[in-house]
Amino acid sequence: MNAAIEVEDVSKKFRLFRERPTSLKQRLLTSRSRAEDFWALRDVSFDVREGGTLGLIGHNGSGKTTILKIIAGILRPTSGTVRQRGRLAALLELGAGFHPELTGRENVYLNASFLGLSRKETDSVYGAIVEFAELEEFMDNQVKFYSSGMLVRLGFAVAVHVDPEVLLIDEVLAVGDEAFQAKCLERIRQFQRDGRTIVLVTHALDTVRAICDRAVMLHHGNVHALGAPDDVVREMRYVLLGQVDESFVPEEGTREAEIEAVDFVYADGSGEGPLLRGDPLTIQVDVRTNEPIRDLDVDFAILDGATNHVVLDARTSTAGVEIATFDGKKRVRFDISSFPYNPGKYWVTVGLTSRESGRLYHVQTQRYLFEVVDAPRIQERVDVPVEIEVEEL
Amino acid sequence: MANGAETIVRTSEPPHLRIPQRAREVYGRREILLNLVRKELKVKYTASILGAVWSLLNPVVFLAVFTFVVKITRTSMPDFPVYLLSGLLAWNLFSVSVSTGARSVIDNSNLVKKVAFPHEILPLSSVGVALIDFVLQSSVLLVFIVLSGHGLHVPELALYPLAFLALAVFTVAMTYWLSALNVRYRDIQHLLSLGLLVWFWFTPIVYQGHLVQNALQDRAILGVNLWDLYLVNPLTPIVLGFQRALYAIVQPVAGSPPVLPTVSLAWLAGMLALVLAGSLLFLLYAWRTFFDLSGDFAEEL
Repeated sequence: MNAAIEVEDVSKKFRLFRERPTSLKQRLLTSRSRAEDFWALRDVSFDVREGGTLGLIGHNGSGKTTILKIIAGILRPTSGTVRQRGRLAALLELGAGFHPELTGRENVYLNASFLGLSRKETDSVYGAIVEFAELEEFMDNQVKFYSSGMLVRLGFAVAVHVDPEVLLIDEVLAVGDEAFQAKCLERIRQFQRDGRTIVLVTHALDTVRAICDRAVMLHHGNVHALGAPDDVVREMRYVLLGQVDESFVPEEGTREAEIEAVDFVYADGSGEGPLLRGDPLTIQVDVRTNEPIRDLDVDFAILDGATNHVVLDARTSTAGVEIATFDGKKRVRFDISSFPYNPGKYWVTVGLTSRESGRLYHVQTQRYLFEVVDAPRIQERVDVPVEIEVEEL
Repeated sequence: MANGAETIVRTSEPPHLRIPQRAREVYGRREILLNLVRKELKVKYTASILGAVWSLLNPVVFLAVFTFVVKITRTSMPDFPVYLLSGLLAWNLFSVSVSTGARSVIDNSNLVKKVAFPHEILPLSSVGVALIDFVLQSSVLLVFIVLSGHGLHVPELALYPLAFLALAVFTVAMTYWLSALNVRYRDIQHLLSLGLLVWFWFTPIVYQGHLVQNALQDRAILGVNLWDLYLVNPLTPIVLGFQRALYAIVQPVAGSPPVLPTVSLAWLAGMLALVLAGSLLFLLYAWRTFFDLSGDFAEEL
């Protein structure tokens, strides 16, 4: 498979002026030092295979739109190279060039020409565009009389009827009502089936997981994570929220037995973190069966949030604990006498498996999170006994 | 799918301008140009009942008023409206193109920042809009020339295409150049309105070219003939070309002084060829300037 887009060590520097000198006088009088350099991208590399769908995620200001504009040829990189093959259309804005005084029909033709369609090509898809936008009765009205929802629908309808081999989409999917969004997504899937290459910038992480086959997370202009959408999205949630999003983590298993609850018990017996480094920790797993189970094996793994490496794990069977056949509920407690690892965030994966067949009953991957901190320095006045001695010198 | 498709490489190096290739690219996106011109016209006349008729009405009123004024003041110069409009329409094409064109990139900053397309299309669309007015108004003038009895003079008319070509190339070059510079130095648009005013009066549009010729021909400063200096303004030969092509008669009333400069058709054609050649060189320079600066438009705006 060839790469449709190769991004190689791309950096982009913007000059930020406190006040932009836009006149001759200002330019002559403004010292260069008043401009500050801002690196929007630093040594960003990734590629998109032909027919692939890449999700670009990252918080605001992470450089997503900048890299998209560089791929589209709107901005020039400060260093690095972008190679791109095939006819490209960039949807950085819905309805680019829309003019309020023109009718819907005229704006369709204007907008389509910006997206690279000839008049003839637009003629041939015009009906489909109007139908997609559901604006049949309004096409001869000036768009200044349109509601914002109608404008967005019209803009998107034109956008999805362009016929590019490579499609760049910036944040434009999150428009319209739910039904319209579903329609847009279906259209994107159609693009995928047609073997087109898509790069999608979005904040909707679920969309990335649903339709992308690869994802890149940018963080302060660097590639922070790159790979399978699930992994990158997990990383993104971690960085973005610093916590787990319950709706995300994949669960799998045949569910003869289910994890009903997982609780952490800290040194003081409460469920309230964070954990002081070196303190004991209990992981308490409540299991419920849906049919009699005779070979249940319960295990957990703790992963370092920074590296995703397992730092500690345990399993009932290897520890010599046999769980007898049962049907109903049981609680398994893993008492960790001391948790010596560095401060930071730690993921917990919990699994129920069959001892004999190794079959997965229920596994929750990195569903739970706890935090380790160093013992705080004492800052307040406390009663510490002070012994006083007087020595003869 | 994209096998065999051209690989586009984007680097920090500004691409080298190859005019034929670039012209093909612009031509390939001509749909945008046509649509922008269409949009401008549409917006200009939106919610007006007469629409484009306003464009035609302008020279009609001009012709009517001047015919009337000339009758009353008994100006010795016959068919003054024809003289005036043949130069003025050419000037208008230039000045309207340049003054709207200089703002074209800034006014469309949203497009420049969000859509990848050859930015030359923006100043070109300003020229396109002015050109349509020019064509409409010139046809009114032509009809008037024929109906008023002034009539068309065939050998002189041959200058028209040459004068038009020189005007078109010079206008496009100037518009490219100023629109690109204006993105960086917004002074340009303010300077321009002043500059155009001065420029207008240094071009023989309202007054008679022969008066200038008469006054300057035998004078020199530092060994430079002032009449030659006056002709350095490329719009002077262009306007003289339009006047000679349409008004045509150098000395309409025997005995009284000529209206147009007393130069031969061949001399004027030579001057126009010179202006055309110079304008083509200027176009190369202006296009290169525009092209080099346009890579940064999206950042500068």
